[in-house]
Amino acid sequence: MSGPVASLRGLTKQFRVSGLGRRTLTAVADVDLDVEQGEILGIVGESGSGKTTLGRCLLGLTRPTAGTITVNGAPVTAGDLALRRTVQPVFQDSFGSLDPRWSVRRSVREALDALGIGTPPERDGRVDVLLAEVGLGPEIADRRPGTLSGGQRQRVGIAAALAPQPRLLVADEPVSALDVSVQAQILNLLAGLRRDHGLTIVFITHDLSVVRHLADRVAVMYLGRIIEIGTTAEIFGAPAHPYTKALLSAAPVSDPSRRVVPRLLTGEIPSPIDPPSGCPFHPRCVEAFAPCPIERPVARETSPGHAAACHLVGPGADHPQPAGASPVTA
Amino acid sequence: MIAVSNLGATETTGGGSSLLDVTGLSVGYRSDRGLVSALDDVSFAVGTSEVVGLVGESGCGKSTVAGAVLGLLPRSAQVHGSVRFAGEELVAARASVLRHLRGNRIATIVQDPTTSLDPTFSVGQQIAETVRAHAQVTRSVAKQRALEVLAEVGIPDPRTRYDDPPHRLSGGMRQRVVIAAALVNDPALIIADEPTTALDVTIQAQILALLLRLRDDRGTAIMLISHDLAVVASVCDRVVTMYAGQIAERAPTGSLFAEPGHPYTAALLEALPGSGHAPGELPVIAGTVPDLAGPLPGCRFATRCRHRFEPCDTRPPMATVAPHHDVACWLRVDTAEHP
Repeated sequence: MSGPVASLRGLTKQFRVSGLGRRTLTAVADVDLDVEQGEILGIVGESGSGKTTLGRCLLGLTRPTAGTITVNGAPVTAGDLALRRTVQPVFQDSFGSLDPRWSVRRSVREALDALGIGTPPERDGRVDVLLAEVGLGPEIADRRPGTLSGGQRQRVGIAAALAPQPRLLVADEPVSALDVSVQAQILNLLAGLRRDHGLTIVFITHDLSVVRHLADRVAVMYLGRIIEIGTTAEIFGAPAHPYTKALLSAAPVSDPSRRVVPRLLTGEIPSPIDPPSGCPFHPRCVEAFAPCPIERPVARETSPGHAAACHLVGPGADHPQPAGASPVTA
Repeated sequence: MIAVSNLGATETTGGGSSLLDVTGLSVGYRSDRGLVSALDDVSFAVGTSEVVGLVGESGCGKSTVAGAVLGLLPRSAQVHGSVRFAGEELVAARASVLRHLRGNRIATIVQDPTTSLDPTFSVGQQIAETVRAHAQVTRSVAKQRALEVLAEVGIPDPRTRYDDPPHRLSGGMRQRVVIAAALVNDPALIIADEPTTALDVTIQAQILALLLRLRDDRGTAIMLISHDLAVVASVCDRVVTMYAGQIAERAPTGSLFAEPGHPYTAALLEALPGSGHAPGELPVIAGTVPDLAGPLPGCRFATRCRHRFEPCDTRPPMATVAPHHDVACWLRVDTAEHP
């Protein structure tokens, strides 16, 4: 396969905020991103990082303020039916995304009906195939979501997403509401769909351990921007951006013999309504120096495919090391 | 040597005297389908200045334990066994006794600070109110104490924040306020039920560090209820694993994660994304939790257990496999026969 499944160029999404004065919340700011065929791309970030808005733009559920999105090489607009076939969502709360009055069969069939895929009898047969695909027996088809377990509901949500044979799944926190043992089943299911069908998955989550396990590449977002991107091995093994380092160090590890004192970040995530000048991370950054509050760093490669937006990073780093700061890159 | 003790026997804590002793605690509810056994013969202890984790998946009963300790279970609950706090029996204690303990000697922190803070009062007033509910002091003394704890939990500029309503604060700051309110009467025990589950990871790290600092500075014991094994691994001294209303395993944290003795604990650790398995190959726990309304004579995990054998139809005793490491599993009773 050639070319990325989806490309974002200069993607920006702003929201008007009501209240005193006219204010703008910049949820996603000038994001360039290619999603490659067959990969699982993790997008991680904390509250307000813009990861969910980015996913909604990709799904055509939110109209970008600026920038372009192309899927399969063709530009897309919000509400585009062709896009809905190609890019499908999996949400955290499958209880909220499935109609409680509808049977599982009807929920999964909905996408086929809406998009006019196949004849009605064919659609019923297709529902059974889809349920089997996600590990559910045909006896589930006539049940309502309320009678299913959380794991079963998430499987139904995935079956519905697979119905129109999409090329790309955008999964936003798909396992965050699930218990560990059920989470493992859903992660296995998603990995299997990629392995067996070459499905491309954008996996949006706050959970670093899940991304480390499943993703091929990881993009780290902070206040609407991708501040670092690279292969999973590079992001976790040699993080370049101070925020990525702080995020990794803050994540608890399920191994008490590797307890470390985390590099605690001071302060809170600033408001995306009034983001800091220069580098958006500078007020919390232990390595900030003169240019950081003034000039926004551009993304620079540290190695092929691994880039970070930090004044201390990259072969083109044209600013001196601050006194007392530890060197960031090798 | 493998010693077998009765399930109801009180365990020894990892040093220090036991502040909280839960012994043979059972909680049942009547339902149309019969008696639902929410907790069955649960025993564990929390020592002074210890951090003890209670872990398990949805419905395992870990929050019911908190409710039983605090005397906050519904009236319909049938409670048996013993909960002793600083030597005082709490099961069937008078409501006034429990009211005096709650928010005073035993404080709680819950997952969602918006539910434990009143939106119509300033955060400072709510903390001052907690002081005055348990001590006859003037308003100005109560306010002074509130300002002190707000500073102690890291709220910047407490005098200004004192008058803010909860919604003015971020989620992390609200959780700090809840912790301040929990601390203000200098409790001996804090029951923290998923205290960081709703928070971002960098804020979670700050709150966990704060809880550990309070334990170190004040000697406050913490019972940390969590579904997150990584959080438990990073902060707890000892861990209690629960499954379907029963204790599966009690152990020092290092021992539990290095050598889980119960097949359920082992399966949980294996199912974690960080367990080192390739994508698509995480070991899963087949099956579902049994109906707690049914008759459950044997090991409650047996229907999902890969190691099931005949004895599992009767309830396993608690076997001590290492110092302070107890496992409720027949496999551990006679290791020679079943390695």
